[in-house]
Amino acid sequence: MTDRRRARRKAAWRRRRLVLLLMSPWLVGFSVFFGYPLAMSVYLSFTHYDLLSSPRWIGFANYQYLFHTDQQIWPAVSNTLWMIGVAVPLQVLFAFGIALMVSRARSGVGIFRTIFYLPALAPPVAATLGFVYLLNPATGPVNVTLSHLGIQGPLWFQSPQWAKPSLVLLAVWGVGNTMIIFLAAIHDVPRHLYESAELDGAGPWQRLRWVTLPSISPIILFAVVLGVIQGLQYFTQAYVAANVASGQASQAGDLPANLGYPEGSTLFYPILLYQHGFRYFNMGYASAMAMLLLAVSFLVTLVIIVNSRRWVHYAGAAR
Amino acid sequence: MRRMRIAVVVAAALALAAAAAAAAPKGKAGPTKLTVWVGWSSATHELKSFKSLVAEYDAKHSEVQVDVVGNINDDKILAAIRGGNAPDVVSSFTPSNVGSFCTSGAWIDLAPYLNKDHINVDIFPKATQYYTQYAGKRCALPLLADTFGLYYNRTLFKKAGLTRPPKTMSELAAYAKKLTQKNADGSLKVVGYTPFSGFYDGAPVKAIRNAQSWAAQFMDAKGHSILGSDPAWAKALKWQKNLIDWYGYSKLVRFQAGLGDEFSASNAFELGKLAMAEDGEWRVAFIQNEHPGLQYGTAPMPVADDHPQLYGSGYINGTIIGIPKGVKHGDQAWALVKYLTTNSHFLAQFSNEIRNVPTTKASLTSPEIKPDPHFATFLKIFGNPKSTTSPITAVGAAYQDLIENFVVKYQAGHAKDLVGGLKNVDKQIDAQLAQAKKGGRVP
Repeated sequence: MTDRRRARRKAAWRRRRLVLLLMSPWLVGFSVFFGYPLAMSVYLSFTHYDLLSSPRWIGFANYQYLFHTDQQIWPAVSNTLWMIGVAVPLQVLFAFGIALMVSRARSGVGIFRTIFYLPALAPPVAATLGFVYLLNPATGPVNVTLSHLGIQGPLWFQSPQWAKPSLVLLAVWGVGNTMIIFLAAIHDVPRHLYESAELDGAGPWQRLRWVTLPSISPIILFAVVLGVIQGLQYFTQAYVAANVASGQASQAGDLPANLGYPEGSTLFYPILLYQHGFRYFNMGYASAMAMLLLAVSFLVTLVIIVNSRRWVHYAGAAR
Repeated sequence: MRRMRIAVVVAAALALAAAAAAAAPKGKAGPTKLTVWVGWSSATHELKSFKSLVAEYDAKHSEVQVDVVGNINDDKILAAIRGGNAPDVVSSFTPSNVGSFCTSGAWIDLAPYLNKDHINVDIFPKATQYYTQYAGKRCALPLLADTFGLYYNRTLFKKAGLTRPPKTMSELAAYAKKLTQKNADGSLKVVGYTPFSGFYDGAPVKAIRNAQSWAAQFMDAKGHSILGSDPAWAKALKWQKNLIDWYGYSKLVRFQAGLGDEFSASNAFELGKLAMAEDGEWRVAFIQNEHPGLQYGTAPMPVADDHPQLYGSGYINGTIIGIPKGVKHGDQAWALVKYLTTNSHFLAQFSNEIRNVPTTKASLTSPEIKPDPHFATFLKIFGNPKSTTSPITAVGAAYQDLIENFVVKYQAGHAKDLVGGLKNVDKQIDAQLAQAKKGGRVP
C-alpha cells in the first residue's frame, strides 16, 4: 500500500517536474523581466533614488508629493484620459469599419487589405516624423493644399488645441493590426446565422447589430482593453512629435527640454514619468508614478472586463 | 621500443618549445585605451575638430590611445555608469545637472587630482567655477564656455536705415518691428527678432537666459524661488509678450514652423529670414562654414531700459567634463582631462575651430586665439564681471522646466494672471527643492 502510494507520488512529482521544466523559460522570463522589476519598483517608490547612489528610504514622501504637490500630474492624467477617451473608440470604430468594408469588397480584397494594413508596418518614430512633416503649419502638404482652397489650416502639432487631435489622426491611420483581427473575426461569423436572420426578415443593419456585433464582441473587448492599456502607456509618438514640432532643434548632446510641447498639451503620464526618471534622475518618484499607473491600469481593465459581461458574447459559453 | 623513442623525442621537443616560449621576452603591452564621450554631433564640424585636436594629444602620449565618441547625452552617460561600463572621460552640455553628478558621486571628485597637481581652480573664471561644482564638491571642469549675444544682419539693417545694434529692450522691440517684412497675404516674410521662448533654444531657453538682461533674480539668499516677488520677471515677460502680440502669436508660430533646423545650413538667421537672433558664440563658426558671405555683426544682448549698466554682459553656460564613477584608468583619464581643460594651446586651438569661449584666464588672452571681430564680442561678454549663469540646484534642470512651462503658456496668451502665475511657479520650485532634500544627500 505504502509502496504503491510512494510510486504514485514519485510519478506525480516527475510529472510536475516535467511541467516545471517545460514552463521554465516563461517562469524565468516572468520573474527576471517582470516580477523582479515590479518588486523593485514598489520598493523604490518609497525611496529617494537618483539612479547612481544607493536608494534612501523616505516613506510616503513620494506619494505625498504625487497626490498633494506635483501640479503637473493632473494635466498629464487628463491628457492621457483624453487620449484614451477619444483615440480608443475611434481606433476601434475605424478598424471595425474598414474590416467590414474590406470583407464586403467583391474584388481587390487583397489589395485593400494590404493598403489598409501597410501603415501598421511603419515604425512609430518614422510615422510620427512623417505626420509632423505632413502637418507642418507653414510648409506641410496638408496646409499648402488647404491654402490653395482658400482655407487657412490649423497649427496642428504647434497648437495646444490641435496637437492631441493630430496624434489621434496618427493613431487612427495606424489601425492596420486591429483591422486584420476584426477582418478575421468577421469572416469567422457562421454563415448560417446570417441566413437564419435573413429568413426572419432581418435587414443589413439588423444583421450587423444582432449577428455580426455579438459574434465579434470578444474581439471588440480585446481591442478596447488593448487600446486602453496602450493609451495608458502612450509615449513614443508624443515624445517624437513634441521634439520635432517644437523646432527646438538641439545638438545630440542636449536632452529634450520640450516634452509636452506645445504648452503641455502632449504631456502624457508616461512622458512625465520618463521626465522625472531620466531627465531629473528622480527614479524614486518615477517609481511612485509607475505604481499609480499600474493601479489605474489594473482598475480600468477590471472595470472594462466586469462591465463586458453584459455585452460580450462567447460562442462556446454556457449562457 | 621505436615508438617509445619517438614519443620521448616529441615530448622533449614540445617541452623545449614551451620553455622557449615562456623564456621569450613578452611583447610590450599596448597603449591604454581611453574612451571619451562628448555631446558634439557628428553632423556638425565640432566633433571632427575635437577629434583632430585630441589626436594631437594621442600622438604625443604613446602610453594611451584615445577614442572619442560623439552624440552623447546625459541619459547615455548615466546608463553607462549604472551598467558599470562607463568610458574614462565624460562631458555634458547640461551644467545644470552638475548637482546630480556631484552629489550622487556619478562623476568623481576631482579635488584630490587637482591638489596632487597643484592646480588652483582660480585659473578658471568665476562663472565657470560655479557651474562645475555643487555644494563645494568639484566633480567637473569647464571645457570651453558659451556666452550669448545678439547677431544682426547688416544687409537688412542697412535696408531699414539702422546703423548700430540695439542696446536696450525698447530699442530691440522697435528695431524688430522696423526690420520685419510681410508677404502680400499678411504672413511674415522676415522677422526682426523673435522673443519666443523655446524656439531655436537648447536648454536653457530664452526666458531663463534673458533673466540676466533684466537683472531678474531666480532665488533669494535662502534658496527660495522669487520669480513672483521680483518685478523684473514680470517686466521681462510682458515685454516678450507685447512683441509676440505685435506679430500675432499664430502668425509667428506659423512662420517659425516653416524655418530650417537650428544646427544646419538652413538656420533662419543664416538665410536672412531673421534679421536679429539671440545665439551662442558658436554661430560664428557655423556661419563661417555654411554662409561665409553673410554680412552680419555681433553685439551684447540689449538690456532692460532701467539697467543700462548691464550692457556688455550676458548669460554664460558651457560644456563640462569629468571622470565617471568606476573609471578603469583614473590617472590616465585625469591626465587627459587636465590637458583638455588647462592646456592653453589646446583650448585656443579648439576655440579657434568651433568658436566657443576658451575657459582658462590664460587661454582667453592666448596669442594663439585667431582674432575675429565677430567672436571678440563674446570674449568680452565672457570677461564682463556682470555676466552670470543660472542657479545650479539639486533638481538639475527641473526648475527651469517649470519656469518654461509657465512662460510658454503666458506667451501664447493662455495664462492671464502673470504675477499670480509666477508665484505659483515659485511654489512649485520650492516644493521640488524640498522634495529633493528629503533624499538626505542635498545640503
